[in-house]
Amino acid sequence: MLGSVIQFTVDALSLGSLYALMALGLVMIYGILRLVNFAYGELIMVAGYTLYLLDGTALPWLVMATVAVIMAILTGLATELVAFRPVRAKSVTAVLITSFAFSTLLQNAALLFISPRARLVPLPDIFTQTMEIAGVIIPLRNLLTIVCSILLLVLFAVILKRTVLGIALRAAASHFTMARMLGVPANLVISIAFAISGLLAGVVALFWFGRIGSVVPGIGLEPLLVAFIATVIGGMRSLLGAVVGGFLLAFVDISLNYLLPQNLLQFRDAFTFSMVILLLLFRPQGLVAGPATGQRT
Amino acid sequence: MLKVEGLQVRYGAITAVRDVSLDVRPGELVALLGANGAGKTTTLLAISGALNATSGRIFFEGEDITSLSPEKAVRKGIAMVPETRDVFPDLTVAENLRLGAFVHRHDRAGYERDLKNMIDLFPVLETRANQAAGTLSGGEQQQLVIARALMSRPKLLLLDEPSLGLAPVIVDLIFGLIARLREQGLTILLVEQNAAQALKYADRVYVMSLGEVATSGTADEIAAGANLQEIYLGKQSNGEGGAHAG
Repeated sequence: MLGSVIQFTVDALSLGSLYALMALGLVMIYGILRLVNFAYGELIMVAGYTLYLLDGTALPWLVMATVAVIMAILTGLATELVAFRPVRAKSVTAVLITSFAFSTLLQNAALLFISPRARLVPLPDIFTQTMEIAGVIIPLRNLLTIVCSILLLVLFAVILKRTVLGIALRAAASHFTMARMLGVPANLVISIAFAISGLLAGVVALFWFGRIGSVVPGIGLEPLLVAFIATVIGGMRSLLGAVVGGFLLAFVDISLNYLLPQNLLQFRDAFTFSMVILLLLFRPQGLVAGPATGQRT
Repeated sequence: MLKVEGLQVRYGAITAVRDVSLDVRPGELVALLGANGAGKTTTLLAISGALNATSGRIFFEGEDITSLSPEKAVRKGIAMVPETRDVFPDLTVAENLRLGAFVHRHDRAGYERDLKNMIDLFPVLETRANQAAGTLSGGEQQQLVIARALMSRPKLLLLDEPSLGLAPVIVDLIFGLIARLREQGLTILLVEQNAAQALKYADRVYVMSLGEVATSGTADEIAAGANLQEIYLGKQSNGEGGAHAG
């Protein structure tokens, strides 16, 4: 009994912390621009292919991982420059289309220059090791995921609370024009938001590939969907909401994994999404309300 | 110091400001009066860079700032206090003030000194320092927004309706503070509906109507003239603006 409780907790927390980081990356940008970055999932794809391309070099895995995260950050910044900056002040619809276009462009580049077929991603030995707690076997990878995610969340909270740039980011998320009138440069804040978003996606990618082991061009769809649903549950405009939504979504997914009979398990997402619909019927703004102002600017 | 020439601002098909020319000299407190919808706020927003002029030009200390972004305008020394009293509600009072000093964020000593000055001017802010700004009363929020704007060390302060929706005793407090800032040498362009208060403190007055400057003069001239009654108070006879002045 104790064993299954531990197993369930570790499963839910490790998946939840990944979902939370993903959702946070999406809300970072939505909070400031009121726009969803539909090329977000491709940041994970880019990190995956970076790892794949570095495989076989003599570099230690941690160096490869760092390069992969940096590539995700650069891709995030490129998304802003190519898909958002030229049209963001003009039309919401335009940004919707440009961010989809950029996502398609990246996916097709992967199809064309690498392969439509799955490619193995190099992983460190520690990702395949396990440990035994109270009679159950727990993958070390899951514990690492939890520890790294919590460290990242704490770091993130400290930056937002203690640094002037962090305060500026929160202010911009609440009232962008007013923040600009105090001298906070719009482009700087937006670039930082995209860089943070890329950092989060890059770190998530390492553990995401730790679970599935290989990368395909369409890999980004599921993380994007997960992040989007988690933010809808938690509240589109609240950073705390994104984290809450991420953990809750993972908790529901893992619970269904444990509870559903084998022949219904393939319909797990249908159950999850039904619950999301129910939740939204009663709390359309999500669980956590965002900052108390908010016009799109 | 500030010179606006033939300013026009449109929101889509609507022309909010048709033709506004005005100037503010160093050390002056200039009031911009007029009924709702006369284009006062739009004029201030255009000067602060938050709105773009469709035609006309704005000069600050001899430099053309017509198409400057808001983040650049504040670096030139123009600070805006919007009428919507835009505190960042989820940030604490201290964080709001710290953000006000964003352009001087590398000058730690100057920040501490400015913060001390603000607490002298607005003692209530010290007692509320760690409270979320959204929990303050209207009068406290107004003081916070003014203090926050001052943290950028402006040469010109744009004040939009600082008395809006405040109790009379708080209005007196705010105007007392404005008078004090002016004595310290700050140049102020004030938009007000409360004509009586504005006329009491201003050096010169511009009266706007339907997006244009209808009349201007010293505060005494405007207070004595029948013009104001017709253009401004006359239109307000059923609103509270007229009652204050009468």
